[in-house]
Amino acid sequence: MSYVKPKFRHPKLPTNSLGYSVADYDGAISTLCAGCGHDSISAAIRNACFKSAIPPHRIAKLSGIGCSSKMPTYFLGRSHGFNSVHGRMPSVATGASLANRELTYIGVSGDGDTASIGMGQFVHLIRRNVNMTYIVANNGCYGLTKGQDSATADLGSVAKGGAVNPFDGIDLASLALLQGASFVARSFSGDKEQLEPLIRAAMAHKGFAFIDVVSPCVTFNNHAGSTKSYAETRAHVDAMQLDFIPMREEIRTQYEAGTSQTVTLHDGSVIHLQKASSDYATDDRAAAMQAIQKAEAEDKILTGLLHLDPNSQDLNQLLNLANKPLNELDKDELCPGSRVLDSINQGLR
Amino acid sequence: MKPTNVTDPEYFHKVVDCQFACPAHTPVPAYIRLISQQRYTDAYLVNWESNVFPGVLGRTCDRPCEPVCRRGRVEEEPVAICRLKRVAADFKEDVSSRLPRAGKPNGKKIALIGGGPASLTVARDLAPLGYELHLYDANAKAGGFMRSEIPSFRLPESVLDEEVGYVMDMGITAHFNTYVDSMADILTNGYDAVFVGSGAPRGRDLPKLPGRKKADKNIHIGLDWLANVAFEHTKKIGKKVIVLGGGNTAMDCCRTSRRLGGEDVKVIVRSPFEDMKASPWEKEDAIHEGIPIIDNHVPKEFVLKKGKLVGMTFEKVEPKYHEDGRRELVPTGEEPAFFECDDVLIAIGQENAFPWIEKETGIRFTSWGTPIINDDETFQSTRKDVFFGGDAAFGPANIITAVAHGHKAAVSIDLYCRGKDLEKRPAPNVTLISQKMGIHEWSYDSIPVNDKREAVPLVELGEALKDRDLEVELGFDLETAFVQAERCLNCDAQTVFTADSCIECDACADICPTSCINFIQNAPEEELRANLMVPADDPEQDIYVSQTLNTGKVLVKDEDVCLHCGLCAERCPTAAWDMKLFTYNVAKATPDLMEVS
Ligand SMILES: Cc1cc2nc3c(=O)[nH]c(=O)nc-3n(C[C@H](O)[C@H](O)[C@H](O)COP(=O)(O)OP(=O)(O)OC[C@H]3O[C@@H](n4cnc5c(N)ncnc54)[C@H](O)[C@@H]3O)c2cc1C
Ligand SMILES: Cc1ncc(C[n+]2csc(CCOP(=O)(O)OP(=O)(O)O)c2C)c(N)n1
Ligand code: SF4
Ligand code: SF4
Ligand code: SF4
Ligand SMILES: [Mg+2]
Repeated sequence: MSYVKPKFRHPKLPTNSLGYSVADYDGAISTLCAGCGHDSISAAIRNACFKSAIPPHRIAKLSGIGCSSKMPTYFLGRSHGFNSVHGRMPSVATGASLANRELTYIGVSGDGDTASIGMGQFVHLIRRNVNMTYIVANNGCYGLTKGQDSATADLGSVAKGGAVNPFDGIDLASLALLQGASFVARSFSGDKEQLEPLIRAAMAHKGFAFIDVVSPCVTFNNHAGSTKSYAETRAHVDAMQLDFIPMREEIRTQYEAGTSQTVTLHDGSVIHLQKASSDYATDDRAAAMQAIQKAEAEDKILTGLLHLDPNSQDLNQLLNLANKPLNELDKDELCPGSRVLDSINQGLR
Repeated sequence: MKPTNVTDPEYFHKVVDCQFACPAHTPVPAYIRLISQQRYTDAYLVNWESNVFPGVLGRTCDRPCEPVCRRGRVEEEPVAICRLKRVAADFKEDVSSRLPRAGKPNGKKIALIGGGPASLTVARDLAPLGYELHLYDANAKAGGFMRSEIPSFRLPESVLDEEVGYVMDMGITAHFNTYVDSMADILTNGYDAVFVGSGAPRGRDLPKLPGRKKADKNIHIGLDWLANVAFEHTKKIGKKVIVLGGGNTAMDCCRTSRRLGGEDVKVIVRSPFEDMKASPWEKEDAIHEGIPIIDNHVPKEFVLKKGKLVGMTFEKVEPKYHEDGRRELVPTGEEPAFFECDDVLIAIGQENAFPWIEKETGIRFTSWGTPIINDDETFQSTRKDVFFGGDAAFGPANIITAVAHGHKAAVSIDLYCRGKDLEKRPAPNVTLISQKMGIHEWSYDSIPVNDKREAVPLVELGEALKDRDLEVELGFDLETAFVQAERCLNCDAQTVFTADSCIECDACADICPTSCINFIQNAPEEELRANLMVPADDPEQDIYVSQTLNTGKVLVKDEDVCLHCGLCAERCPTAAWDMKLFTYNVAKATPDLMEVS
């Protein structure tokens, strides 16, 4: 087994506006199982950060516990990172985002980490609209602890040992919609063409951006009978194709009239929903709920941008915090002295 | 684009850039791996089978392999392929017991005219089959230009003697000190076939340049002069020497002059420095020995004073490159330049000359003076029982080309003597074997080292210039050799893809350090190349296209900068990728000449 990735890269790797190539967004070599969907998500995050030209040192990666939560080691080796405890990434993310509102926060979690032990924290993260991208690598099982059913395992899905799951699975995207998340999407680790622009849009979005990514566990949940295997996911996926065009970038693709829909984010970047998805109303939360349920009834997995509220107020705005990151406020700003205190007191008289 | 046909051995052969570029198709990565395993004798024998003169070539080869070495595409410098060959030769044990011997006489008799690498290769390839081989050479020993032209400070005589000896010891009948002056005579001697490996022996002159005749005593044709030095007829040269020409012969002339008393030695060449024919390393070596190279100077006149050569004048020119690639040297209009000298060596090219082959033999020649040859596979001349090879076939080239010709000519001669069709060439010996040693474990050092190329150490300059026989290069020591060998990327460990097993999880594409792997929609080749993650813009480098996969996409791998690191195969959950060792051995007249496992 190789524990290092060769240092050589393609000499003609393209560079982004910062002069970095995608290799500058690489992390350590993965130790996950060969073929694990999580590695594809890592690559999609890497590619998204490269394409959006985010300086690596302005990104913080956060995670809990699980194979999925190990992922941050395997991308963005030059960024900040915090591998917290099981299900507790949301509280760390909330604190970090409050302390320094200027970083791009990418949370990576698993279905176990989020839908079981971390459920309590997760809903509060949504409720507070913490400005971050939250990705669940959803494989319907606890990969790290040898593949037990997780809370997102679908009703009737057969575990590797043959046991049929008697419980209804939690649909995290529906939950996020219900709880008022300002950006909700679903994707598949095997569809980078969709996943990459979604991650880029999520990072550009101001507020909590949730992406539920079906990510097959090749070792414990990729057999016949599993509803989250590569084959099964591919057979049922109903994908909305989309493009992401960051602000100030020219729109190059030609769309046929009436086949696309444009959603503009708060910073001016644009998401193009293509073809069949052109009549989908991303700003209508109730419609999104319905679309998910309709797809489920038809035995389909609806992927793409499900809901977006481009004008949401994130936690920093809701709490009316200083524009300057709290961790940069120095003594004089935090304790402006007795003269300022006096004037405040005067104002209260 | 159609799926790649990997059952065609030429597909994977081309991926091993160095081996593909080597005229004799030496299995380079195989011998380099043997060096890392400290199996120097085996490394030597792998070479010996392919190129007959590993010790010689490890010092003198033109190394067409190195400029194309894949390593040179992912970092600054290619693998030191040539000098590693010398390591195998330097550190091998006695190989004589493992070399093939002359076979039981088969009743056929072959004449070889000229004792250079081409004839010696034919002899080596045919001897085990029982042919009676008669080798003619005007000189007292075999070796050809390797002996008479290549100076011993680059190629020690002992190394040459040893390797020429391995061939001659296979029962070859030598006719030395015998200049063949009539092909017609040879043809009456009852030979079943004749191989002409007489080289391109005539050095070009500047007969019309003013002063040429009068200064003749101090003007020498480089080719003849080097031979005279080699055979110790010439031991001295004047203090001030001008060498005319920009090829490797000029480089050998100037460096030899420095060792025979030349103190102020200059190379003066018509073309710009960059366009000179000499290999970059030969130019470096000359400059290192204190020899300036003056470019863009066209010889105008030999200048004499009181009947003696005192210098030369040159017209200064400038290169002008035309759109069609043509180069023109345009006079700058400046005053002609004058350089003093005592002697001039003319090294401006060499030509074929066959004054000894009569018209009535039926052997016909082109207007260039080269023989008309069936093609570059058979090497048969217009007379069915006469074959040409080496410099005699297509004009001056190099040793490894002469060897490659020799292999093919030997196959032809054998087919001819057995009454077989010469066009039906035997196929190369090819194998493709998985290198999997366990889960995620390969038989070779798959992850490349980061070490840089190192230059071969030299003897101190002062010492080197004192003795024309002292070898300048010291060769790599074993520690350096190991590191240099480990730089090889093992391009013969092929990435082989089985579309049926692929679940399109992207793991290989994600891990590939050099972004070679793509899962995309199929398209015509040009479009497909442009659509890759990093466009494959070198048409010389193939792209590997799979059958259509379940999602309707195809896998496309750009071979260009693949590191053969095996990570794609390690990350593949279904073993759709495998690393398979590809061996390719050019068919020789004697099939299993050696065994190295
Ligand atoms: C100065 C110089 C330096 C070189 N350096 C290198 C180098 O570093 N690396 C490299 O790869 N190549 C080098 N070459 C080229 C290389 O030497 C030749 O390409 C190669 O030797 C050709 O081999 P061959 O078998 O065709 O003939 P040759 O090596 O030329 O041998 C021909 C032999 O035939 C003999 N002969 C010719 N006519 C007759 C006849 N009628 N009767 C009897 N004998 C005859 C000659 O005496 C000679 O011995 C160099 C060439 C020169 C001139
Ligand atoms: C507090 C605590 N409880 C239980 C565990 C054991 N544990 C480790 S990982 C894991 C589940 C991980 O599942 P998921 O988040 O889906 O990640 P996956 O491995 O499937 O990617 C559990 C229960 C733990 N590490 N810490
Ligand atoms: S156990 Fe499953 S989730 Fe964990 S690394 Fe292996 S394939 Fe991925
Ligand atoms: S890296 Fe090794 S195998 Fe590849 S071209 Fe260079 S020498 Fe040959
Ligand atoms: S061996 Fe595989 S992973 Fe390594 S460089 Fe080549 S294609 Fe990429
Ligand atoms: Mg899981």
